[in-house]
Amino acid sequence: MADQEEQNMIDIYVMGRRYRVPEGLTIMTALEYAGYKYVRGCGCRGGFCGACSTVYRKEDDYKLKMDLACQTAVEDGMFLVQLPFVPALREAYEIEDVDPGEKDNVLLDLYPEIARCVSCNTCSKACPQDIEVMDYVQAALRGDVERTAKLSFDCLHCGLCSIRCPADIKHYHLAQLARRLKGRYLDLDSSELEKRIKELEEGIYTEEYEEMLKMTIDELKKCYEERKFEEEG
Amino acid sequence: MIQMEDGYLYYPGCTLKTKASDYEESSKKVMEALGKPLVEMDNWYCCGAVQSLATDDIMHQIAAVRTMLCAQEQGERELVTLCDMCYNVLKQANKRMKEKPDELETMNEFLDEDPDYEGQVEVHHIFELFRDMKDEIKKLVKKPLDGLNVVTYYGCMLLRPNHVSIDNTEDPMIMEDILELLGANTIVNPKRTECCGSYHTVNRGDIVENRVEEIVARAAEDGADVIALSCPLCQFNLDYHQRVSDHKIPVLYLTELMALSFGMEAGLKKHKINPRGALKDFLE
Ligand code: FES
Repeated sequence: MADQEEQNMIDIYVMGRRYRVPEGLTIMTALEYAGYKYVRGCGCRGGFCGACSTVYRKEDDYKLKMDLACQTAVEDGMFLVQLPFVPALREAYEIEDVDPGEKDNVLLDLYPEIARCVSCNTCSKACPQDIEVMDYVQAALRGDVERTAKLSFDCLHCGLCSIRCPADIKHYHLAQLARRLKGRYLDLDSSELEKRIKELEEGIYTEEYEEMLKMTIDELKKCYEERKFEEEG
Repeated sequence: MIQMEDGYLYYPGCTLKTKASDYEESSKKVMEALGKPLVEMDNWYCCGAVQSLATDDIMHQIAAVRTMLCAQEQGERELVTLCDMCYNVLKQANKRMKEKPDELETMNEFLDEDPDYEGQVEVHHIFELFRDMKDEIKKLVKKPLDGLNVVTYYGCMLLRPNHVSIDNTEDPMIMEDILELLGANTIVNPKRTECCGSYHTVNRGDIVENRVEEIVARAAEDGADVIALSCPLCQFNLDYHQRVSDHKIPVLYLTELMALSFGMEAGLKKHKINPRGALKDFLE
């Protein structure tokens, strides 16, 4: 018994200190196993919110690696550090004042530092979502809002790209602007949306919602597990 | 010179997609008419807009090399640029990689996620294509630019440094030769190879204003109806900074004039000084 337990344990280093943790945990749960409590740097625990950026190195590797702590399994000999927050500057803008059709390049106007991109691709290598970050920055540089928005669609705003960038580009804020511009100016208005808003205003879900408020946690869980998806189309 | 059968692999550069869209539109139409359409690369990267001359600065050559790599991976060896700045940066960076195998090796090691660049791509400016298509151009001229006085302007990037020049650095004739085919009255002006002030436009507009004044004053003295060029930055400087000048000479891309002489209208949209007055005899 003791032997088997020994086999399944690995060593990790958290901010320089060694801990023995069971194999198979994510970085996030391994840290909690080691006694840390997350007050920042943790959100959805499901790989969607981008709050859990982590930087690590393996014992025999010279490369720094980056990932999401909630999505990556711990490995033996990992040196870990958590980033609670990336303080990258985000430009303020009024979405109604930045029509990409009226200017040569709104993205460049608001984030002029993208012109410093040297195409080193460090951003893409840092991205835990495998986004072609460099390529969307390049698309932004030539004013292609559509491509910037498309390529960056899976971005979680973890900020790792910006931390690594030698040109101090704020990739994820730039990309969010592009997606907002696409939503506001490039995509067609949906008639379905208006219909839906009207239904909601008329209280189509009020009854169901009130029922849910009365449920216990277990009832809610059951309800969630048995939920049905509407068919597409 | 170039062998691509159905056209030429084309590197646009960022400015051609924004401020200089007139240049892209007119070039595409002209090349299409010549039966050699410009085929945009599947993927490309901003050239960086300034060639870094520091001997130990490989970082700033990466973007250019990535673009060469895109051409190589598309199976092409010849790459055509329109923008003078892009031409100059790509050509110099490419030359550096060809001539310095140690730097190429360092570069390829850095680009470890990509295939190696083999140094086989050649960079050309669109004017070099025109030089090789004189007969074809002549055949397409339907509305000769009779009586239009054109002063050419080369600026720096097509001619300097000498080892990437597309023509004689001191006495270039490549634009004059094309204009002659179009039937224009070409004026050879001594200011045509002087610098417009370039990027000083960003924070020292006064320097550019002085340069531009000298260039346009001389062009006016020579009786210019329009100035012809190809560099989007020179175009912007000569066009925009005439706002403080007594002269208002339209500044056109050579390909806009070519399109007109072929009986097509292309570009002519983003000019600060409206060229339509000067060109009225040749517009429908
Ligand atoms: S906690 Fe939300 S992505 Fe990891």
